[in-house]
Amino acid sequence: MKICVDLEKCQSHGQCAIAAPELFSFDAEGKLRWVKEPPVEQQATAEAAADACPEQAITIGT
Amino acid sequence: MPRVLIVGASLGGLRAAEALRDAGFHGAISSVGAEAHPPYNRPPLSKDVLLGNATSDGVLAELAFPRKARLGEIDWRLGMSVAAVDLAQGEARLADGSRIHFDALIVATGLRPRRLQLTGATADRFVLRTLPDALALRARLVPGARIAIIGGGFIGCEVAASARRRGCATTVIEPLIVPMQRALGQEFGAAMQALHEAAGIRFRTGRQVTGFEVDVSDRLHAVRLDDDSLVEADLAVEAVGSQPNTEWLAGNGFDLDDGILCDHRMAAIGHDRVAAVGDVARFPCLLFDDVPRRVEHWSIPGLTARRAAGHVARQLGVAVPDAPFAPLPTFWSDQLGLRIQCAGLPGLADRVGLLSGSLGPDSMRRDGAVMGYWRKDRQVGVAAIGVAPQRFINFQADLVRALQNCSL
Repeated sequence: MKICVDLEKCQSHGQCAIAAPELFSFDAEGKLRWVKEPPVEQQATAEAAADACPEQAITIGT
Repeated sequence: MPRVLIVGASLGGLRAAEALRDAGFHGAISSVGAEAHPPYNRPPLSKDVLLGNATSDGVLAELAFPRKARLGEIDWRLGMSVAAVDLAQGEARLADGSRIHFDALIVATGLRPRRLQLTGATADRFVLRTLPDALALRARLVPGARIAIIGGGFIGCEVAASARRRGCATTVIEPLIVPMQRALGQEFGAAMQALHEAAGIRFRTGRQVTGFEVDVSDRLHAVRLDDDSLVEADLAVEAVGSQPNTEWLAGNGFDLDDGILCDHRMAAIGHDRVAAVGDVARFPCLLFDDVPRRVEHWSIPGLTARRAAGHVARQLGVAVPDAPFAPLPTFWSDQLGLRIQCAGLPGLADRVGLLSGSLGPDSMRRDGAVMGYWRKDRQVGVAAIGVAPQRFINFQADLVRALQNCSL
């Protein structure tokens, strides 16, 4: 499974980091960090983060 | 094969369909939606869409929600409304006279803008809920146009900021003391008003609109207020709240006082095979208390859809494990280049206090400000202006802990 974030769309709302803190976080400079290729068991968590994004900037691929 | 009918094809209806599939429901799903467009994301309508120049197709290419493969086959009926349902017969009658039989129903019809009960100026009065609404309004936001925004809530303030950036002479008319007062309280509302005024937006607070002044061709030239003063305007935006789309449910014994009354499972009271999602549902948020409320925030459709779909699938014989349900309302707003973030229900508070920063315009722009909201001695909300996401996440986590540690 792959997580892609369109950083042009991302407005740092942080809803992904609330929905899936194990996959998304912000570094000290406020830049979004995420697990690019998490194990497939975390698919539902990743989908929840993508759904929660107000800008719909996150896509989950295979 | 059992059929679930989902009425309303925006975010809540779409998430309900997805959640039905996730719950293991393999039966038929019909999705009926009054709007002609596939489900799309509404929050940018008052900001990016008003500020941009994309066509309807261009906006939809950006804002339409991606269709997930696991949705499988859905019987979409877009651009079609439901005229009435008969629960005893398990049948819905559509606006074109056709009928859909269903075994369970999910209500996701959302809200429509409330309109002022005043006559005149029909061609110059706008609302903002849908993509066509936004495009029609945008066509009038030309430099020098005089715009009266009636209602200083979030939509009104976002439209004001966008109109001002497009060069319109912008006035916000608000019956309460400050804008966004009901959602954020007087202190934060006053601070936001100062920021808007610094950007050149005028405010007439503590005032109601009593009439539209028109010329012989019914074109608007001013909005009349309750002190008999006039606000000169070429167009007006009515941002005075919303009302739930529940008329089609009448005659089935539902409590439709303010949205459709649901229990903690999102099941409609009195009908176990009917559930509701999103801002049309009046349901108890047990993190706070057991009082049913409608919550008009973007995060609510997704959270309630999962709950409602689980309940409906269970009613239709699918074994769905029970999951905890304690949705925390969260919302945001972008105005004048500043982000407002909020979690919880600040509107319940009887006490407000700064948790960080101060409320002066310069210091808010530099360092941000965070406000806490308490009911009795229990924190019920947190709101921030101009605060980095990780900092707000920490304040939100504190709020969740405070809510969970208190018994009802």
